[in-house]
Amino acid sequence: MSTSITPESRGDAKRDSGRRRGRSDKTGHGTDAKLPKPAKTQVRLGDRVFLGSSRGAGILLLVIMAAIAVFLVVEALDALGKNDGNFLTDSTWVTDGAKPAFGVAGLVGGTVISAAIAMLIAVPVAVGVALFITHYAPRRVAQTLGYIVDLLAAVPSVVFGLWGLVFLSPKLIGLHTWLSDYLGWIPIFDKDDAGATARTLFTCGIILAIMVLPIIAAVTREVFLQVPRAHEEAALALGATRWEMIRTAVLPFGKPGIISASMLGLGRALGETIAVAMVLSSSQELVFKFLDPGGNTIAANIANQFGESNELGRGALIASGLVLFFLTLLVNGAARVVINRHKEFSGANA
Amino acid sequence: MTITTTDTAVSPAAADPLKLTRRTMPDWITWALGAAAVGLGVLVKAVQGNWALGAFYAGLFFIATVTAASWRLEDRRRAKDRFATSIVYTAFVLAIVPLVSILGYTIKKGFEELSPYFLSHSMRGVGPRDDTGGIYHAIVGTLEQVGLAALIAVPLGLLTAIYLVEYGRGRLARSITFFVDVMTGIPSIVAGLFVYSFWIMTLGFEASGFAGSLALMILMLPTVVRATEEMLKLVPNELREASLALGIPKWRTILKVVLPTAMGGIITGVMLAVARVIGETAPLLLLVGLTQSINTNPFSGWQSSIPLYVFEQNHAGNQFSGDRAWAGALTLIIIVMVLNLVARLIARWKAPKAGR
Repeated sequence: MSTSITPESRGDAKRDSGRRRGRSDKTGHGTDAKLPKPAKTQVRLGDRVFLGSSRGAGILLLVIMAAIAVFLVVEALDALGKNDGNFLTDSTWVTDGAKPAFGVAGLVGGTVISAAIAMLIAVPVAVGVALFITHYAPRRVAQTLGYIVDLLAAVPSVVFGLWGLVFLSPKLIGLHTWLSDYLGWIPIFDKDDAGATARTLFTCGIILAIMVLPIIAAVTREVFLQVPRAHEEAALALGATRWEMIRTAVLPFGKPGIISASMLGLGRALGETIAVAMVLSSSQELVFKFLDPGGNTIAANIANQFGESNELGRGALIASGLVLFFLTLLVNGAARVVINRHKEFSGANA
Repeated sequence: MTITTTDTAVSPAAADPLKLTRRTMPDWITWALGAAAVGLGVLVKAVQGNWALGAFYAGLFFIATVTAASWRLEDRRRAKDRFATSIVYTAFVLAIVPLVSILGYTIKKGFEELSPYFLSHSMRGVGPRDDTGGIYHAIVGTLEQVGLAALIAVPLGLLTAIYLVEYGRGRLARSITFFVDVMTGIPSIVAGLFVYSFWIMTLGFEASGFAGSLALMILMLPTVVRATEEMLKLVPNELREASLALGIPKWRTILKVVLPTAMGGIITGVMLAVARVIGETAPLLLLVGLTQSINTNPFSGWQSSIPLYVFEQNHAGNQFSGDRAWAGALTLIIIVMVLNLVARLIARWKAPKAGR
């Protein structure tokens, strides 16, 4: 085996061994049929128990996944049956009284807007970070710098929330005013409430960007490391500058990787709960002006409302959680499809 | 790998005696422009009193002038290259600044309150005007909840990974692999909602530490499976074949040869998974209830946990709760960072010699 194991060679080795093992199993079976030995059956028992329990663990995992979907759907349908409003187009959240009416339009809007802001900031920076670590940083310190960026992923979200609320959001008031002063003619940049705090969807977007950045950077870095060296050297040998080499050899190769990494990050940004719940000064209506306080996300709404909700309210929150579940499922599924089509860089280490 | 080859291509100092290369910009210009940018930043800070604004102007000034100088002294392609280089460096700085800010600010705010007293007392009977109280009940809760979650998730994850690598072929293995990926993407609040609707609403149990463990287990499981799977794949097939050739049954081969070989990496993966779930707040908010007193029994009665404590103290909004929230955050960060560093060190010491 060579000293450097690339994922391709690993995959090959695995497939290879699988074939080989499959064959040896078969021949074992064949000799067994001819010469039955009592000692063999004992061995078989251990193997059978071990295979059974490990397969059982795998099946249990599938059962858990199925149970998640089933239980959420059942509880959600229960609550939706009592809903007086339209669940998909309303943006009110009244779950007690004679006429409960709740809908996720405002929540989905806030979730999508904050995640979109996060993506717009995080993806270019993360690609830059990945390029820096793979192609610009001195080789000796590159790995350490990679670890340092990974540390950002280890910071718990509640700490992000606390930091965002106490430290970051007061500092962003100026940026909010500046953006609305100069870009206010674009409707979404308009700011109604001039002196307000910066506990807005925009601030949440920035915090989400910081949170998903290390995830995107890690996967993108893995992809950039797998660009064939021959391509890079060919570009340089033709007289390309480093940037031209990156543009012609690295980025085209890494493009599917960047896309799928971004979608993994998007999945995380959509589902982030506590940081948004702490920072955002929320309201139920559908908010497009993200520089004004207000708006809410699905996950943050669950965290904020759950404690004070009655039975029906919790069912309604579960229904909104189901929407979030399908939303992230869709995004992650798309990311996996892209990754699997280019099997050599699975995002497994992210 | 690639860095050594690319360095010579752009380094402005690489003067060619045969004059095959074009004119390059001398190094001192870059340095001088850098110094000028720093000066501008300090000036802006002095006038406007804002470091962020100073850094912004300094960066903008440096990128613009270096590109312009290179355009003038070299050529368009070099100018583009220098522009791209500055942007890439800027991106890295942009990623590091929040990390430094979060760690620095948490340490600064947290150290005021963090003390042996804080770590060894609960919040029982602490009124809104009291400067006492601590995090002990939350630490107990977190240790028990995460411990129980690991106790379930690690064997389950190990066995699943063994199945996928050593046995699994065909449709079952493929669907397990797919759903492990799907599980990785489940938002933590959704895991919490599931355990709530299953364990509390359907089975009728009370909120307890164990309910929280179940949600944490769901979040840990895919990480453990993934890490173990990657490590098992790294074990050379020659080892398996040597063992099988000696007539050792497959299950003993796995237990005595494959697992010990991969053990370092598996431990690393498990520790990273623990570090990930130890900071989870959202599912616990729905599942463990919330208490100010010490409850050592995770199976009955409400518990607290460190992230929940931070959230709750921040929410309380009285005179001393803010300090307690920061001290709790610092405790949490220290635990997570230590777990991460130890995991990385184990990975480095125990890693099979696998390049990179």
